[in-house]
Amino acid sequence: MSSAIDALRAENIVKRFGAITALDGVSLTLRQGEILGILGDNGAGKSTLMKILTGYQMPTSGTLYVHGREVALHSVDHARALGIECVYQDLALANSLSVYHNMFLNREIVYPGPIKLLNNRAMRRRAEDLLEGMGVHIPSVDLPVERLSGGQRQAIAVARAVNSAASILLLDEPLAAMGAREAGLIIDLLLRLKGEGKLSIAMIMHNYAQTLDIADRIVLVQHGRITHERDAAATSVEELMEIVRSEYRARAGR
Amino acid sequence: MRHRVLGVFARWPEASILVVALLLIAWFENANHDFLLTGASLENLSQFVAPAAIIACGEIMLMIGGEIDLSAGMVFALAPFVMHFAAEAGIPALPALLLGLVAAAVVGCVNGVVTLLLHVPSFVTTLGTLFLVNGLTLTISNGTPVAPPDGTMFAQVFGAWGYSEILWALLVVVVLHVVLRHMRWGLHTVAAGANEIGAREAGIHVTRLKIGNFVLCSILAGLTGCLEAFRIGSIDPQAGGNQIMFLAVAAGVIGGTPLAGGSGTIIGGLIGAVVLGVLNDGFTLIGINAFLFNIILGAAILGAMLFNIHITRLASGR
Repeated sequence: MSSAIDALRAENIVKRFGAITALDGVSLTLRQGEILGILGDNGAGKSTLMKILTGYQMPTSGTLYVHGREVALHSVDHARALGIECVYQDLALANSLSVYHNMFLNREIVYPGPIKLLNNRAMRRRAEDLLEGMGVHIPSVDLPVERLSGGQRQAIAVARAVNSAASILLLDEPLAAMGAREAGLIIDLLLRLKGEGKLSIAMIMHNYAQTLDIADRIVLVQHGRITHERDAAATSVEELMEIVRSEYRARAGR
Repeated sequence: MRHRVLGVFARWPEASILVVALLLIAWFENANHDFLLTGASLENLSQFVAPAAIIACGEIMLMIGGEIDLSAGMVFALAPFVMHFAAEAGIPALPALLLGLVAAAVVGCVNGVVTLLLHVPSFVTTLGTLFLVNGLTLTISNGTPVAPPDGTMFAQVFGAWGYSEILWALLVVVVLHVVLRHMRWGLHTVAAGANEIGAREAGIHVTRLKIGNFVLCSILAGLTGCLEAFRIGSIDPQAGGNQIMFLAVAAGVIGGTPLAGGSGTIIGGLIGAVVLGVLNDGFTLIGINAFLFNIILGAAILGAMLFNIHITRLASGR
């Protein structure tokens, strides 16, 4: 496995906030075309790791490689320019705007000319095509997103990220607070995107069983470090639970 | 059927207020046949509607973004004085007017920078500049009215001719309607009002956008002040004020722009101003106590807000 083809590689990332060490030497690889699940307790450092991978924060020390090239991500725009898109938990959707306006937010299609009027017709059609191509079914792209279900809204947010020609997709709890049917919609979408082979996906997750269903590999983040790394096929919910439980017992007994 | 009617009101928030405006016009026209169809009445009505409509356009752009400008009525009084002093200093009328608008823009810029960069809520920021600008105008004017700059043709275009103000209002409405519905600026303003963090995450320059809308609102208030100065033939330091500012906000709210941000309509603001003008003129013409106007206005604002909140909710089936 040559590192040059890895989509994203982090080496020995340290992040300190004053006296607090949020990340204590994290090394992580997102391979080309895979889905990586990032598991761990609240406060383990998952969110900080995500913020560093999206350029939202800079690490105290450590090195990042995007498609094999060393980069110092200094802003979200910088990360985006390198093909890294993030879908946050709040989804960053404007509820009162239509689905197609949300999908093209800040990347609107405009008519040529000095006044740059919005080409709503083209955006509507592109949005319909994109969603259909991704197997996402909604009643109409004219609906404001506040009229959609949680799963549909998540699907729109993912579709928007994909539409921006991202090669690396970072998802923050994509299945949070979702019923089984809704979660199934998103899981299908992610697997379909993976099947197309162009995207590498890393996602922060809480639910071990769901993670093992979707992910190729998982990493477990504990106390600012990656303590375990497994192929999804080679581990089980029981094994992961036992790792966390023994860790908990070791701490309690100290 | 019921659902389709509700759907129309949900998709075109202007539809409900348009119905109200037409009913009011029909009722007053029936009660007093001089209400609309004589030139003098129509001109009078247009001169009530135009200032409220122009300032409402600026307030609506701010309200969609979740902000408000309470200082607009005071900028209305400041701009014509700056124009007056510039003209006194020998500057020709048009550049003098533009200087008045620049002064207005500076106030808008202060409103925007303090709100966005120093994180003071716009209600408080513009409450401060409301008093500040009012005091400034009273100080530089010594509290006494002056005459607007000479130039007959110029004055006619900028307010003195009876229908010039409403034409300016229509121009502003059309331009800002296009900006709001058919340009990125308007779309991003809606996005910033609906989900500011989300809009920033999508890479929209929310700070720049909102400061721009503060500047826009102030310039429109200043322009209205200058138009009114030419129409009346006098620049009064007490002109405009909180009355015109609240009328403009009321026109926006009645027209279907909630203060909460994330949605709004420029066309609705114009129709809202027409409703206010029709009520005001209609009551005057049929000889109803002017005090009643405020009671009706207050009820109309509450009614419009309840209607907007609950019709939208009913139509979306929640």
